[in-house]
Amino acid sequence: MRVSRWLADRWVMIVALLVLGYLALPILVVAGLSFNRPSSRLSYDFNEFTLDNWRQPCATSDMCDAVVRSVQIGFIATVVATVLGTLMAFALVRHRFRGRAGINVLIFLPMATPELVMGTSLLALFVSAGVPQGFWTIVIAHVMFCVSFVVVTVKARLAGMDRRLEEAAMDLYASEWQTFRRITLPLVLPGIVAAALLAFSLSFDDFIITNFNAGTTVTFPMYVWGAAQRGIPPQVNVIGTAMFAIALLLVGLSSLRGRRARRANLLAAAPAARPARRPS
Amino acid sequence: MTGMASETPAGDLRLANLTKRFGIFTAVDDLSLTIPQGSFFALLGASGCGKTTTLRMIAGLEEPTSGQVLLGDRDIARLRPYKRPINTVFQSYALFPHLTIFENVAFGLRRRGIRSVDDEVTRMLSLVQLDGFGPRRPAQLSGGQQQRVALARALINQPQVLLLDEPLGALDLKLRRQMQIELKRIQTEVGITFVHVTHDQEEAMTMADTVAVMNAGRIEQLGAPADIYEFPATAFVANFLGQSNLLAGEAAGTSGGEVAVTAHGARFSVPAGRSRADRGPVHLGVRPEKLHLVGSADQVPAGHQHVTGVVSDASYVGVSTQYLLRTGWGTELSVFAANSGTSARVPVGSEAVAYWDPRHAFLLPRDAADTDRTAPVLDEPVGASS
Amino acid sequence: MTLLAPTGSGQAPPAPPAARSGRHRLLPYLLLLPGAAWLLIFFGVPLVQLAAASLYDPGGSLSTGYALTWAFGNYPDVVQAYWPQFLRSFGYAGLALVLALLLGYPLAYAIAQKAGRWKNLLLVCVVAPMFTSFLVRTLAWKTILSDNGALVGLLRDVHLLAPDGRLLATPFAVVLGLTYNFLPFLVLPLYASLERLDYRLLEAATDLYASPVQAFRRVTLPLSMPGLVAGTLLFFIPASGDYINAELLGTPNEYMIGNVIDSAFLVRLDYPQGAALSFLLMAAILAVVFGYLRRAGTEEVL
Ligand SMILES: Nc1ncnc2c1ncn2[C@@H]1O[C@H](COP(=O)(O)OP(=O)(O)OP(=O)(O)O)[C@@H](O)[C@H]1O
Ligand SMILES: [Mg+2]
Repeated sequence: MRVSRWLADRWVMIVALLVLGYLALPILVVAGLSFNRPSSRLSYDFNEFTLDNWRQPCATSDMCDAVVRSVQIGFIATVVATVLGTLMAFALVRHRFRGRAGINVLIFLPMATPELVMGTSLLALFVSAGVPQGFWTIVIAHVMFCVSFVVVTVKARLAGMDRRLEEAAMDLYASEWQTFRRITLPLVLPGIVAAALLAFSLSFDDFIITNFNAGTTVTFPMYVWGAAQRGIPPQVNVIGTAMFAIALLLVGLSSLRGRRARRANLLAAAPAARPARRPS
Repeated sequence: MTGMASETPAGDLRLANLTKRFGIFTAVDDLSLTIPQGSFFALLGASGCGKTTTLRMIAGLEEPTSGQVLLGDRDIARLRPYKRPINTVFQSYALFPHLTIFENVAFGLRRRGIRSVDDEVTRMLSLVQLDGFGPRRPAQLSGGQQQRVALARALINQPQVLLLDEPLGALDLKLRRQMQIELKRIQTEVGITFVHVTHDQEEAMTMADTVAVMNAGRIEQLGAPADIYEFPATAFVANFLGQSNLLAGEAAGTSGGEVAVTAHGARFSVPAGRSRADRGPVHLGVRPEKLHLVGSADQVPAGHQHVTGVVSDASYVGVSTQYLLRTGWGTELSVFAANSGTSARVPVGSEAVAYWDPRHAFLLPRDAADTDRTAPVLDEPVGASS
Repeated sequence: MTLLAPTGSGQAPPAPPAARSGRHRLLPYLLLLPGAAWLLIFFGVPLVQLAAASLYDPGGSLSTGYALTWAFGNYPDVVQAYWPQFLRSFGYAGLALVLALLLGYPLAYAIAQKAGRWKNLLLVCVVAPMFTSFLVRTLAWKTILSDNGALVGLLRDVHLLAPDGRLLATPFAVVLGLTYNFLPFLVLPLYASLERLDYRLLEAATDLYASPVQAFRRVTLPLSMPGLVAGTLLFFIPASGDYINAELLGTPNEYMIGNVIDSAFLVRLDYPQGAALSFLLMAAILAVVFGYLRRAGTEEVL
């Protein structure tokens, strides 16, 4: 009787923890393999413990070049997409104008289009326009698919903001610009930061669209893809584990630094914004 | 320190034919009124009648559909909110969640480029009894504390006009009384014009020099609290501000300074000075505390008028006993008898006579279709349903 | 203390309302211009081009050049050739969606309503795996499911799997990979709407004689509908267009439509066919999405 009662109260939590275990399992494997000395190039089994991979993450120098390139692309694409998307979100939430429905469709469609279709069609554009593919075509593509997600994320935050706060500021002698600086921006910032993080993670991890528009340029996911055919150097797992650790660290730091309220904001803003789409 | 004040065209706040429509819905309808400088003006009215909308137009947060807002002789209706020497205590507080209480209160001063705000803010916080709350954030305060911050944040600016939208609604009775006294003191000392929206009639009556009763976007009556209470202008006012017994009758003209009224087969009279109509359908009104209960008609003093009925309910509320007297035609009249210990209580079910001095009655015009009205919430006479 | 007139200059005439609203009317367009232009040029125009490419003469090649011959025949041709992959794509994605809902709803609900002070930590656990490259994680599944891995060994020992049975290179592996990879995109929006759910509503429902199951059906589920719809779409759309999981965890027998399109463009260099397939995929997904949105009655989801 007491056991069933205990179970009835907690089964949701138990299921949730099991699902979290399922989500974490591959990460554990990746972390484990980052300490592995593989027996052969094509073997994915744990052979022997070693710290070599962590000592020399750049032993295969192409990989490190690819990582650096991915970070550069991710950074530029994030900045551009965040600025463009934030401006659009403000227009959509704060202004009435003709053609709103059209704009909404334009923002929604990229999210409802399979990456593959975006990748192939963009390839067709670059080919027919005679644009050589490489670093900058990747950036263009990444900005394109990140913008919609930035708009949605920032829009959610903006829409949830109490307009009366801005009215109160204006009532207290803040001009339009001061109101924006002192009230609107600080309150929307968690949404913008969440959007930027989202954009970076989408860009850094994108494979499908990049693969169509990269020319001979190699990003980290493309490197992994290529290596998967030839045998993956264990350093790839080092990068995977490190990215995971950095993500944890970032969130941990932000929650230490920010006050309780701000921490909740940042975390809540991300999902509230329905970040989303492919993990690529 | 009053250097800037001299530049302001000091003066009354005047609303002229102010109208606000949301689509086809008219929230404020051709409102005109004058609020003298330095006065305490209370705006009363049922929920949704347009009080907040009126305040927002004065503050500049809502653009009027038509009409003027004049401060002195300057039309400020189209001035941006931050250009107006007017501050608001918002109904929803609207405290900035990302700023501390201190910064919230200092906000207006800082925007006007005032550097040393510490003393002022500290003084203000202690005025609203929030000493030491400066470093907290709004989310860490109770509802009533937040309300006081909203008050301090507006008051600190010493505006020419302060708009208060139910600023004391969330406070307990004791604190509310204290804040009322505090507000009144600030208002008289500094000479700020207060426009105060409240649902608390007692608050409006005790604090305000002038009370306006609003209904469906229009001002129904405006005047000193006692004047409105003693001689309401419409049936709505008579039952919104306190309670009234309104009997449907027909007036038959003035003779000898008295208006003759027939109601429910009986004849009454009201002094001409207390009549807003002297012919046609009227409401004869008497406040419950102006009615007195006696056992039989021969106990009614000379010169008084009376109605006979059966006591259907008596509730003891401490300072008084509130009776319901069911008349022969089914309407229930409210009678408040002070528990002064001089008269015996009248048992429920017994026959009784309610009498009043005609000088305490008043006469209002009535829609022909309107019947008796005895309580604010009841459109139908109580008797009709039983 | 200042008895103030914040205008300072006092009698400044009010700005003419016409001028202000004129500027206001242009402002939204200025804000929208850069982003909308970007999307139009790099998303809209290519789509139109892709549409055109899907009607090119199928006889052309990259070296000889293509001619727009309005070859609508490309469409029936590709459907005929690749309908199994189409069906498989939606079948696998649908199956994965059902699995993901079964796993994701309890997870989202637990984090939103039951986790208390562990909420943020659990949320991080959902989000953080997304930072490990998605290819790396999928390769990790390859290790987990491999024939000489511990999992297969265990399942063979308890006879849940035949002695020569495998997990890798089966439809099961592909569906599992799809479920895994897109699960966070279902959980996060769902969490967002469940988080806003006021637990007092559930108390009120219980107070009004609802059993836990009824309270869930009548209160929790309807109120989480926006998140559920958004999450479902964000899961289903990329899952049905995916080809990485089929490539890494399956065999050509498990290939989805994405694999076909990929090879049409990058291996076979058959642009008209690839374009026609892309367009069909997009049309099918949009049809599913709008049909679903209409049924769910939630227009403003994304
Ligand atoms: N932005 C708006 N759009 C449409 N209608 C509105 C808007 N703002 C207010 N209203 C309507 O105008 C009327 C007056 O609203 P207002 O807020 O002024 O009421 P109020 O007198 O302050 O009521 P309360 O005492 O409940 O605060 C209401 O019926 C309200 O529904
Ligand atoms: Mg109001």
